[in-house]
Amino acid sequence: MPDGLAVTAASGTELVLTRAFTASRAVVFDAFTRPELLRRWYGARGWRLVICEVDLRPGGAWQFVSHGPDGAEMGQSGIYHEVDAPGLLVQTERHDGWEAGEALVTTVFEEHGGRTVMTATVRYPSREIRDSVLRSPMERGAGEAYDRLATILRETTAKGEPQ
Amino acid sequence: MSTDVLNATFAALADPTRRAILARLAEGEATVTELAAPFAMTQPAVSKHLRVLEHADLISRRRDAQRRPCRLEAAPLRAAMNWLADYRDFWEESYQRLDTLLAELEPHGPASSGGRTA
Repeated sequence: MPDGLAVTAASGTELVLTRAFTASRAVVFDAFTRPELLRRWYGARGWRLVICEVDLRPGGAWQFVSHGPDGAEMGQSGIYHEVDAPGLLVQTERHDGWEAGEALVTTVFEEHGGRTVMTATVRYPSREIRDSVLRSPMERGAGEAYDRLATILRETTAKGEPQ
Repeated sequence: MSTDVLNATFAALADPTRRAILARLAEGEATVTELAAPFAMTQPAVSKHLRVLEHADLISRRRDAQRRPCRLEAAPLRAAMNWLADYRDFWEESYQRLDTLLAELEPHGPASSGGRTA
């Protein structure tokens, strides 16, 4: 298994992200929950956190604002449901622009032989939102890939239909 | 309509047995019996997975006398994988920054961080 991030599209509305780190899970957990640490790493390519607020307790709120390419801004926020350091986080997540609903994110940190494996299961409120997340924040590259996929799938379906 | 097909692709890929079947078919055509062999599964159980894969257009089956070999339909699989790979690449950069940060926080690795189990 490669060491990098693994992404699996599980069921119709879920994504599962898995990544191993060479650190104890106490340190990894801190990196995922302390704003001064999150600011130093969190963000997809070209994006960086500019606002990061975390009230780490059940019922506590979190809010991220990120700046991206060409002055783009993206907000994410939610509520922590479960906080069991250093092994488990359950939180809701909502993005600016989602008309309704929020994702439920369950993050498990397991330590094996000096490495910590993070498994984040993200359940989106709808397939459309999951698919839009897969396209964003990389509008151009992946947007094209998505269109390509849609075309190929349409062609495949058409080909497979009875004459 | 195409969303349904897309979802069928991802649902089909979500199962490890189905991914293993696709990996086997990447090497060439195979019958249900041949596909069932490496798995601790009955032929009907494998057939059920094959129907899911067929519905998602990831495999096709043709009649060949008594045999009904399955073959991989590579295009949708490759496209779906590319799509996930694009998403992964965009986020992998973030985790690489985290690797650097973790190395700084724990310069001698996890073993030195205390917390020895009693």
